[in-house]
Amino acid sequence: MVLTILSLGILASLFGLLLGYSSVRFRVEGDPLVDKVDSLLPQTQCGQCTFPGCRPYAEALVKGETEINLCVPGGEDTITALAETLGREAVPLSDEHASHVPSLAVIIEEYCIGCTKCIQACPVDAIVGTAKQMHTVIAEECTGCELCVPPCPVECIDMRPIKPDISSWTWPQPYVAYGAKN
Amino acid sequence: MKEYALILLGTVLVNNFVLVKFLGLCPFMGVSRKLDTAIGMALATTFVMTLSAVLSYLVNQYILIPLDAEYLRTLSFILVIAVIVQFTEMVIHKTSPLLYQLLGIFLPLITTNCAVLGLALLNVQEEHNFVTATLYGFGAALGFSIVLILFAAMRERLDAADVPLPFKGSAIALITAGLMSLAFMGFAGLG
Amino acid sequence: MSRLYKFPGGLKLAGHKTISTRQPISKAAIPDRLFVPLGQHIGSPAECTVEKGQRVLKGQTIGAVTDYVAAPVHAPSSGTVVDIQKFPAAHASSLPSDVIIIEPDGKDEWLEREPIPDITEMDPSELRNLIRCAGIVGLGGAAFPTFIKLNPAGHQISKLILNGAECEPYITCDDMLMRERPHEIIDGAKIMRHALNAAQVIIAIEENKPEAIASLQALASELDWLQIQAIPVIYPTGGERQLIKVLTGKDVPSKGLPLDLGMVVSNVATAAAVHHAIDHQQPLISRIITVTGSGVRSPQNFEVLIGTPISDLIELAGGYTEDADRLVVGGPMMGITLKTDATPVVKASNCLLVQTPPDHAGEAIIRPCIRCGECVKVCPVKLLPQQLYWFSQAKYLDDLQSHNLFDCIECGCCTVVCPSHIPLVQYFRFGKSEIWKKEQETIKADLARERADAKTSRVERIKAEKKAQHAARAKKNAAAADRKKEIEAAVARTKAKKTADIDTAINQNTEN
Repeated sequence: MVLTILSLGILASLFGLLLGYSSVRFRVEGDPLVDKVDSLLPQTQCGQCTFPGCRPYAEALVKGETEINLCVPGGEDTITALAETLGREAVPLSDEHASHVPSLAVIIEEYCIGCTKCIQACPVDAIVGTAKQMHTVIAEECTGCELCVPPCPVECIDMRPIKPDISSWTWPQPYVAYGAKN
Repeated sequence: MKEYALILLGTVLVNNFVLVKFLGLCPFMGVSRKLDTAIGMALATTFVMTLSAVLSYLVNQYILIPLDAEYLRTLSFILVIAVIVQFTEMVIHKTSPLLYQLLGIFLPLITTNCAVLGLALLNVQEEHNFVTATLYGFGAALGFSIVLILFAAMRERLDAADVPLPFKGSAIALITAGLMSLAFMGFAGLG
Repeated sequence: MSRLYKFPGGLKLAGHKTISTRQPISKAAIPDRLFVPLGQHIGSPAECTVEKGQRVLKGQTIGAVTDYVAAPVHAPSSGTVVDIQKFPAAHASSLPSDVIIIEPDGKDEWLEREPIPDITEMDPSELRNLIRCAGIVGLGGAAFPTFIKLNPAGHQISKLILNGAECEPYITCDDMLMRERPHEIIDGAKIMRHALNAAQVIIAIEENKPEAIASLQALASELDWLQIQAIPVIYPTGGERQLIKVLTGKDVPSKGLPLDLGMVVSNVATAAAVHHAIDHQQPLISRIITVTGSGVRSPQNFEVLIGTPISDLIELAGGYTEDADRLVVGGPMMGITLKTDATPVVKASNCLLVQTPPDHAGEAIIRPCIRCGECVKVCPVKLLPQQLYWFSQAKYLDDLQSHNLFDCIECGCCTVVCPSHIPLVQYFRFGKSEIWKKEQETIKADLARERADAKTSRVERIKAEKKAQHAARAKKNAAAADRKKEIEAAVARTKAKKTADIDTAINQNTEN
């Protein structure tokens, strides 16, 4: 009886030592998964996911602290990609976010007072201008995050929806309802 | 020699652990959504099953039987399996963090995989010697891996296919598993 | 006759060619309005160089190039520029694109042009520049700027292949061109050969065009660098890579061009256009177009000015029949259905096909894919249309790319043979544009991430600099304060010493 307990106890301690050694030997530093998740996000840095930028959202996702359906500019495709990478269920975008339309910011020049508040707010430096000079948005760099709209004291920034253009047009998904005519 | 070949054939096809003995169904259903994850899981389980077959045989033969402590079999086998799985987890976390993330909770759940414990207990029941026990363990793992990988490939195709809404997801997967099991019944009587 | 090879797959289709070859090419009348789009080619659209109300002459440049892959646009007839506005384009989306509207004055007055000197003395790059300025693009349907194709870019060109195959059913514009104006093609071939410094020119023609073969052969027999080659009738033998395979047995690498094999393929109509540009100084302002199908009363070929509204052409072809229900620009396999016939004819429009219900009855009820594999048998590029279909349906973009979706030439063979009538090419087009869209988004996102990181590090740097400045100033002030204290202490000490000295002096005096 005593021998049994003793031998099993020794066996368990040996195993414990082995595991202890392995945990030191195979320690993991950092987290390459965060980089991968960050690369799936659209980098709009808009904060609509309630995180101050895309990288903090990626970090929270990897830690498992947050939902995967918070990214509005990313849309359904980003949610699907995140679900695959993180091995989670793909949840649809919440209703209030689903109606998001990609837009570009445009400054109405007659009202701009040159206060630089919008320039400081833009996370990707898409607004050109300086104190008391005209400000303007570089359309190619604007991600449509809308962070410049609240700080403007004269409310001279408009969010204009991006109209479909012949150069950005893509083929629609063919809808096949079996039994339908082509 | 022929005996060893028969053991392998038996465990991989005739008495496949998943489709005939119905052991290890949890990871079989849970990890088979993507082929890459399934291959990773198959390799991990093969390592765990083979090693646990060896170690549990040794523990049984040289500690439990001399001490007349067969009643502690389940306890000590689980101890052995848990240690092996912990070790495997650490190695995978280091070598492939992505696989570690993808496998998620299913990696530590290999501990409770009834195929692993079942394998160890079957080795005792069938009174295998050391070599036979190892081969039996390896064969069982091989059978598990083959079926898991095949099933994962089929599930990937099912995901892309036009399955009626009530059947999407687990439902059609279980039906497919049932059909696979029926197919493997065709191996009965072989060898 | 040299040895011919076969390409994998392909289909034998009913030609329907004779309905539009009964009459010779007729010249279409100048329409009331000409709508000339600025973007008629692969590459950047041209930039408008005329103003509203300006009078233009025939052949005058009205759109200039803005990029390397671009072609200029010219006025097809003399007249006044009425407007420059958005107009529905002959594009699958039917979205509007910029168009210059000219009201012809009926005089059809040409711009004054200088004759071009003998091209045999000319430098090939200068020749290519002239072809570029004439706005020549591929007239086989792709509209790729020809001057780029005629640049050997360091390769030794063994063969210039002129594509007279015209394998798609119903289309006969190249056939009629080869029958009636073979000298234009051969003169054009001469010029293109010089631009490329090519050794040999082969004109490939399908065997179902004996008159065209005969008419070209008659002129080619004295020329040792030119060979007229008849090829078997199989769709899509007119595809660039399929044609090269048939003529030479060689495969153009998937990520490469025919240039890598020392070959260039161009359409016979493009060669004729090159001849007009160089030998007659006429820029590309007209083309031959087939108006055909069971939906027009008298199908035939027209020589039409670019910018002519399609509705005008249909009128000239006798108008619509009662049961005409679909207008396609292009052929039945690769054409695009148009929503309106107000769209103008552009450089790439080779055929107008008006269909009636019996023509497209084959696309009846769509059924699920039964994995029969018929589509795989007929694919000329040896792709797996079945797998591509499943991946497109499930939007597995990575799998689509690994199965070489972008090698698909959208010929439509797989769609024709599918027993379930699945519109396969639509799925592939969708897959391609989804992958393209995703790539564009990734590029934009990477750039946005870079800019965001740069801004964050700049803001932090400025903060750190300000902090350092404050610290330095504080240190300076502290040092100044310390110094001040030291001086005050020294002054106090001196004062104290002075007082002590005076006291000692007073004491001494009192004692004395």
